Amino acid sequence: MRIALRRRLAGLAIAGFVVGLTGLGASIPGAGAAGLVTLNAAGATFPYPLYSRWFAEYNRLHPDVRINYQSIGSGGGIAQVQKGTVDFGASDAPLSDQQLAAMGRPIVLIPTVAGAIAMTYNLPGVQTGIRLTSENVVDIYMGRTTKWSDAAIAANNAGTPLPDLAITVVHRSDGSGTTFHFTSFLSEVSKDWADKVGRGTAVEWPAGIGGKGNEGVAGAVKETPGAIGYVELAYVVQNRLAYAVVKNRAGQWVAPSLSSTTAAAAGGAQKMVQTNDVRVSIAYAPGPNVYPIAGFTYLLVPQNQTDEVKGKALAQFLWWAIHDGEKDAPQLLYAPIPGSVVSIDERILKTITFQGSALLASLAGR
Amino acid sequence: MLRSLNVGGRGGAVIPPAALVRRHRAWTDTAFRVVLTAMALLVVVVVVWMLVQLVAAAMPAIKRFGAAFLWTRRWDPVHDVFGSLTFAYGTVASSLLALLLAVPVSLGAAVYLVEIAPPAVSTALSFVIELLASIPSVILGLWGIFVMAPWLRRVVEPALASVFGWLPLFSGPTYGIGLLAGGVILAIMLLPIVSSVSREVIRAVPQSQREAAYALGATRWEMIRRAVLPYGRTGLIGAVILGLGRALGETMAVTMVIGNRPQISASLFQPAYTIAAALANEFSEATTDIYISALIELAAVLFVISLLVNAVARWLVWRVGAAPRGAL
Repeated sequence: MRIALRRRLAGLAIAGFVVGLTGLGASIPGAGAAGLVTLNAAGATFPYPLYSRWFAEYNRLHPDVRINYQSIGSGGGIAQVQKGTVDFGASDAPLSDQQLAAMGRPIVLIPTVAGAIAMTYNLPGVQTGIRLTSENVVDIYMGRTTKWSDAAIAANNAGTPLPDLAITVVHRSDGSGTTFHFTSFLSEVSKDWADKVGRGTAVEWPAGIGGKGNEGVAGAVKETPGAIGYVELAYVVQNRLAYAVVKNRAGQWVAPSLSSTTAAAAGGAQKMVQTNDVRVSIAYAPGPNVYPIAGFTYLLVPQNQTDEVKGKALAQFLWWAIHDGEKDAPQLLYAPIPGSVVSIDERILKTITFQGSALLASLAGR
Repeated sequence: MLRSLNVGGRGGAVIPPAALVRRHRAWTDTAFRVVLTAMALLVVVVVVWMLVQLVAAAMPAIKRFGAAFLWTRRWDPVHDVFGSLTFAYGTVASSLLALLLAVPVSLGAAVYLVEIAPPAVSTALSFVIELLASIPSVILGLWGIFVMAPWLRRVVEPALASVFGWLPLFSGPTYGIGLLAGGVILAIMLLPIVSSVSREVIRAVPQSQREAAYALGATRWEMIRRAVLPYGRTGLIGAVILGLGRALGETMAVTMVIGNRPQISASLFQPAYTIAAALANEFSEATTDIYISALIELAAVLFVISLLVNAVARWLVWRVGAAPRGAL
């Protein structure tokens, strides 16, 4: 599965590169005449390390296109797109119908990469890899399971001596895409959670203490025996934190990893096709080897561009990003989107227009 | 200016009369006065403008939640239910706790530096205390998470619980992170401000006050308590108020250790939340209009709390200043 996926990705990337080159050839006369094209963008902080690599890389390949990105947070990104002060935005949470309507013009959402959220914990004498069912996680965050020795947790960890410690729940205190994805997962698993708490970049937590940022959550967990918290996968890997293996919808125990996250994203692609909407949740997605706590991050692009040169540069950059750019993702611990999502993105990019005509028309022959 | 100088007469002997009647000097005087007045007014304008902007941006939330915003305890961005009470409580409680911890220490340090320490020690210690003020608050916050909070959890909180556990103030589970941790970290941040201002105030107390106290047979303690502190009390209250202002608005270090849970709990061990921390935490990812508006209303509440604190402080300084000074 993993190898096959990689091959597919590699194939796609090569195809994308070729297409990118053709695109480049087509764009030089237009862009060259207008000189330097500067695109301004703002939004989510979670994908910022990847995006900034993309912008630098793209600028190296296309010295006439420069992209400035301000990682001011998803909320800020959405507001800037709404005001029209940036050429595109970025958000970890997909926009609701209401938010899209408030934009005043059609905005397309483009899923770029997927992120996974790991459950990290601090149990003296217990190694990484304790097993938690999705229901365990819900009950812990609801404040219903309060002891590590609780039968519901012990049932799946027969070989592990779980201490009789009180569980200290730790969550993010700052509004974040990580929280959005995590609460989406809890809402998908539990109707109770969906009704009482819901999903959002910040929610009214039934239990626990709040840490600021991944470092705040990890710090609080690290210093409090019995604590459990949720942090981005990259953070767990880089800091070698203990993480839980979570039972997915198919009943498998899956560790958070890039491949299990991409598998979740592939599950999401099916839903996207069914619903004809990219705003699907890949939290608790069905399918084998799927890590259940994951989510997409999105770029927000106005569908009808008002400046032909800028619009063209933007559309070509996006095309490059979802093909070539994806290759940079694993190195920075983001899960690349699977081929099925790439082709959905391609379809969306082809709907970006200037005065009614598609900006990527030259590429549409694929 | 000219007139006031003539009427006051006090400086007349120092400034040559010829200078006062020179026309161009009068013109520059006017310009000088206008510029200074403009600068002073600018501060007022900025403050008023900020308040106006805050209220304007908070209008949707004010209209939707009304006065209930002030006593609602819930903060639920998913269901758009917002109230400021828990945040206002956390702000005031953590600041007062910080003052309670920092003022005695700062005053003691200031008195020691001026009255007791040999000059060399005083210079060195003052330097170290002022160094404390230059530590970025995010560093203090990280130190709070990794060093102070575990120490509170392992040592201080269990000790407090075992002695005063019967008080609700020291009951419940100990996390390390919580209102107490917020108060302690704030106290550390207030220390350099309150102690260096107090030190200058105490240093400014005339030597004659001290000598008079000694002449009446006072011990050093009596001299400090009855001659120095009462003489400088206006300034000392000012020092405390400066510290309180810092405490109310401090964000980064507090948010890292206070636990960021909007609740009102009797126990100091429980997490709490301050307004400044909530703003720093939630503003960047607040996506709906009513959510942003509610956050801005929260900022307006903080603004009003600061205004009230300053008004009370003015009143205190005025009252103390009006009272007869010192026992001597």
